[in-house]
Amino acid sequence: MSSSQSQASLSALADRWLPKLVLSPTLLISLVFVYGFIAWTGWLSLTESRLLPQMDFAGLIQYQALFENDRWWTAVANLGIFGGLFIGCTLAVGLFLAVLLDQKIRAEGTLRTIYLYPMALSFIVTGTAWKWMLNPDMGLQKVINDWGFPNFTFDWLVDPDKAIYTVVIAGVWQSSGFVMALFLAGLRGIDDSIIKAAQVDGASLPVIYWRIIIPSLRPVFFSVLLILSHIAIKSFDLVMALTGGGPGTASDVPAIFMYQFAFTRGQLGLGAASAMMMLMTIVAVLVPLMYMETRSAKRG
Amino acid sequence: MAKHLTPGRIVLYAALVLMAIYYLLPLYVMLSTSVKTLDDIRGGNLIALPQSITFDAWSKAWSSACTGVECGGMKGFFWNSVKMAVPSVLISTLIGAVNGYVVSMWRFRGSDVLFTLLLVGCFIPFQVVLLPMARLLGELGMANTTSGLVLVHVIYGLAFTTLFFRNFFVTIPDELVKAARIDGAGFWTIFFRILLPISGPIFMVCVIWQFTQIWNDFLFGVVFAAGESQPITVALNNLVNTSTGVKEYNVDMAAAIIAALPTLFVYMVAGRYFVRGLTAGAVKG
Repeated sequence: MSSSQSQASLSALADRWLPKLVLSPTLLISLVFVYGFIAWTGWLSLTESRLLPQMDFAGLIQYQALFENDRWWTAVANLGIFGGLFIGCTLAVGLFLAVLLDQKIRAEGTLRTIYLYPMALSFIVTGTAWKWMLNPDMGLQKVINDWGFPNFTFDWLVDPDKAIYTVVIAGVWQSSGFVMALFLAGLRGIDDSIIKAAQVDGASLPVIYWRIIIPSLRPVFFSVLLILSHIAIKSFDLVMALTGGGPGTASDVPAIFMYQFAFTRGQLGLGAASAMMMLMTIVAVLVPLMYMETRSAKRG
Repeated sequence: MAKHLTPGRIVLYAALVLMAIYYLLPLYVMLSTSVKTLDDIRGGNLIALPQSITFDAWSKAWSSACTGVECGGMKGFFWNSVKMAVPSVLISTLIGAVNGYVVSMWRFRGSDVLFTLLLVGCFIPFQVVLLPMARLLGELGMANTTSGLVLVHVIYGLAFTTLFFRNFFVTIPDELVKAARIDGAGFWTIFFRILLPISGPIFMVCVIWQFTQIWNDFLFGVVFAAGESQPITVALNNLVNTSTGVKEYNVDMAAAIIAALPTLFVYMVAGRYFVRGLTAGAVKG
């Protein structure tokens, strides 16, 4: 009796510290590799480090250099263009597809599979495929030319003013199916009786969607915005594969700027400063969105 | 449910089919280009069917195409990716399962705060950890190795895998665990005997998500594993953007399909879980 009692108290003791023990390696890893490394990068961005890291505090000279660098501002402007168009178009296409698919479609499963498969691909594969499709000599331009429009040109890929838009085209192709899946899941969660009641009142289907259904998808909108802006700010692979940041530096984005200055040009301090700017952008965009998302989820 | 084909329905289906063509076109172009000859590519156009089908480009892409200075095709890099993805997926999923179990079923004072701190790892742009990580891997002698990449992918995958399992375990009624504890079951007994047997679906979701992420990763690959140990995404990018010699579009496309096959295959056989992972990871994140 007493031995089973002491066993029971022993196992109760184990149950008290086991959970903490089990979680601690991950917490330690997170502390070092997420928080510690961010701090390390942050400190590096305040030094004069070039090829080799050196740890003497030098104030904000790297940020000053960054803000005087034209290439950085090209990258920032491109992120603005790409981010805005990518998020807007992906959202529109995804929502449109979800509403269409919600109309009791035959073969819905097949269509959904087709719309969503690009999400399984690497951005490098997507970039490679679209680079070939957008090839100014042998790509889509030639198809249109062969169809009887010999003067049609579509050379955005090699046009410094248009190259960033090709990244939008490929990005929307890859991500819109995913947004469709999120919206469709949201649409399926809506109570049918609300729609039926509105129909009885004589509201037409577009009006019902516009006035009732889409507004009730608010939380989904926030999630989608969260994910898409995250993808946009981090975008690196797609640009690398599609344009390589070119022609010249015309389609540079901050992630490519960071990679090149930190790892191929040996300007560690400047690379670190640009990485910190990316982190701050993410925080500035995501924190308000997350706040609004939790608020609308609570209310909704 | 007798929906007859009204004009509206016809427009609806036409729009859906057009969109399907839009999504399928790049896949068709990749496939058809990869089986064309170079003459056929130059003479015909992008969407024309191949005049004759040849798999020369495929064998070249697999075993003799040049990625930079090396000319061994995608073969070696494909296996690099396998050797990188399989251990990283398994390790990060198993640790995530136990972590998720703790933060959902064994909450202690401060565990919610710790979980939130952990979640930050899902959101940071990885650029912000690249420089210190490169230095650390260098000092550990793991720079440019597959094991170094495994380490990186496990570390930065943990936040996601923990989140997946936590979100799954919180849906399981507390009574189940409470009853088991009254019967004298301890921490591990409950995990292995009660929770694991019903965790099949979430394991699928998590494994598929992690596999897709890690196989498709480019950033960690290009920064931490140049040269022989580079994963297939990096090799593909080098192949396509190598500017020496005649551009062989058919080889590029075959290589791109080879790089995409594993994740496409997973999507085809387990698409259900794939979608669930995307939505779970996304909506809760």
